[in-house]
Amino acid sequence: MDTGIDVNTLQSEIESGAELAISTAALNLWYGSFQALFDVNLDIKKGRVTSLIGPSGCGKSTFLRSINRINERLGYVRINGSVDVFGNNIYAPEVELVQVRKQVGMVFQRPNPLPTSIRENILFGHKLHNRDRKYSRDDEDEIVESALQQVLLWDKVKDRLKRKATDLSLEEQQKLCIARLLPVKPRVLLMDEPCSALDPKGTAAVEELIWELRGKYSILIVTHNMAQARRASEECIFMLMGKVVEHTVTADMFVTPAHQETADYIEGRYG
Amino acid sequence: MANPGIADNQFLETELNVSAKRTETLFRILFMVMAGLLILPVLIILTTLLVKGSSIISFDFLFTSPTDGMTAGGIFPALLGTVWLVGVALIISVPVGVAAAVYLSEYAPDNWFTRAINLAIINLAGVPSIVHALFGVGAFVIFFGFGTSILAASMTLAVMTLPVVIVATRESLQAVPQAFREACWNMGATRWQTIRRVVLPNSVSGILTGVILEVSRTTGETAPIMFTGAAFFIPVLPESVFDQTMALSLHLFVVSTQVPNVPEALPYGVALVLISMVLLMNSASIALRMHLRGKKKW
Ligand SMILES: Nc1ncnc2c1ncn2[C@@H]1O[C@H](COP(=O)(O)OP(=O)(O)O)[C@@H](O)[C@H]1O
Ligand SMILES: [Mg+2]
Repeated sequence: MDTGIDVNTLQSEIESGAELAISTAALNLWYGSFQALFDVNLDIKKGRVTSLIGPSGCGKSTFLRSINRINERLGYVRINGSVDVFGNNIYAPEVELVQVRKQVGMVFQRPNPLPTSIRENILFGHKLHNRDRKYSRDDEDEIVESALQQVLLWDKVKDRLKRKATDLSLEEQQKLCIARLLPVKPRVLLMDEPCSALDPKGTAAVEELIWELRGKYSILIVTHNMAQARRASEECIFMLMGKVVEHTVTADMFVTPAHQETADYIEGRYG
Repeated sequence: MANPGIADNQFLETELNVSAKRTETLFRILFMVMAGLLILPVLIILTTLLVKGSSIISFDFLFTSPTDGMTAGGIFPALLGTVWLVGVALIISVPVGVAAAVYLSEYAPDNWFTRAINLAIINLAGVPSIVHALFGVGAFVIFFGFGTSILAASMTLAVMTLPVVIVATRESLQAVPQAFREACWNMGATRWQTIRRVVLPNSVSGILTGVILEVSRTTGETAPIMFTGAAFFIPVLPESVFDQTMALSLHLFVVSTQVPNVPEALPYGVALVLISMVLLMNSASIALRMHLRGKKKW
């Protein structure tokens, strides 16, 4: 059932010769009558870590949430323009939301593991999307191990997979929240200030993990921490009041910003 | 001290402080006495029942039928009848109440329909039980043709206690952190998958508490069952939901006021059994809540 979509995405990828993970065209978004995004045109490359910076309230989270269509839950949100994920417009009428959510995983500011065991957390999405297939316990163990290996958590928790996920440290919880997305094989990972609830050590560890996942997944990470954007991303987008000001290679943005606003923000002249 | 110019120590007590403290003490004691008064009725009721009623309680009293025009013998048909009435009422009200609460808490958009339902629940909770009784007669006994039967009486009780179940369930659903739902939705879970795997398992304790409270409330009700299914005296035990039955609460009313020459201990004994059932279920509900709360962590 899900192979249909995969073939489609693959095909359009080949046709367009694209290596774009996300491509938005004239994306506008309104909360009721308040416009939060203005004509956002962004091409986010496959396999890269792209960071999204800008002052608080400029629409970073809004943009992120429009890429897995979680915004729509609020009845008063209106969107026009398009968001292509691997060449398919996710706002096309025939698109199934569940498939979007499956391919575009999201990590939040506060780690939000479910109040079950570590193992069950990892298997939650997997079981949800594979209800039609039988998996043996060994298969499941393998899935759990592989997901936890990828987020560099396996060695720490392998002896306590049955323990409550909510008993882990915040850093470990956040890693677990990333890990539980992986078994359903997402292609894009969205992270909304994933380190802002963590201490410096946890932040460093999660940044290291994000860097590790580069290449395998296309990662878009919102941060208000410029040092983090600088350390942990390859490309960087600067937004201001719902508009994209600048999108370049991270190193360039921080050394030779092309716009005055960018320079001002980087130097700390906005909140 | 009164002269700030000298000000050897600015932190000493002033007269204003003293009077504030005096008022403070006065009000604290006043409030404490008021709160303490609450214990009195409970103590008086329980001791009276124990002193006057416990002599009659025995195995035979609980498990045999009344004899000699209800002036002797036991209360078994009434005890069993109460269990029937409460049981059937639960079977009806719990599924309906929980489903309605799940809808209101997890699905309902904020619109006129939802507001109308909420208003209905509030008003249903405020309807006096005697009005429920008349409604039960009109709707279940006559209109649906159940006759005076356990079914009609239990349905009346179910309608009456529905608001309790709905409100308790909705509160415990809403106590489940929103972050859990967001986590599920973002992994592509539908609302129902989220409810079944995460929301319900984490709110059973609250739901159960509500259900038990409903049971204990239903147990004592008299008016709603009086005209709909409970009878003064029936020599046989009920065999199906279409039979009439005796009930503890009504039996208490009958032996206290309607039958001559009842020994004094009898009504107190019936009341003692009734109140023990209710207290037992309330304690069970509290214990269950504490047990389940101790287990969850977030
Ligand atoms: N659910 C919402 N309803 C109405 N307005 C919102 C909502 N979420 C965000 N906004 C508004 O949209 C703008 C962008 O918010 P957000 O995307 O959260 O900014 P950021 O993540 O960059 O801090 C802000 O002005 C905010 O007030
Ligand atoms: Mg934000």
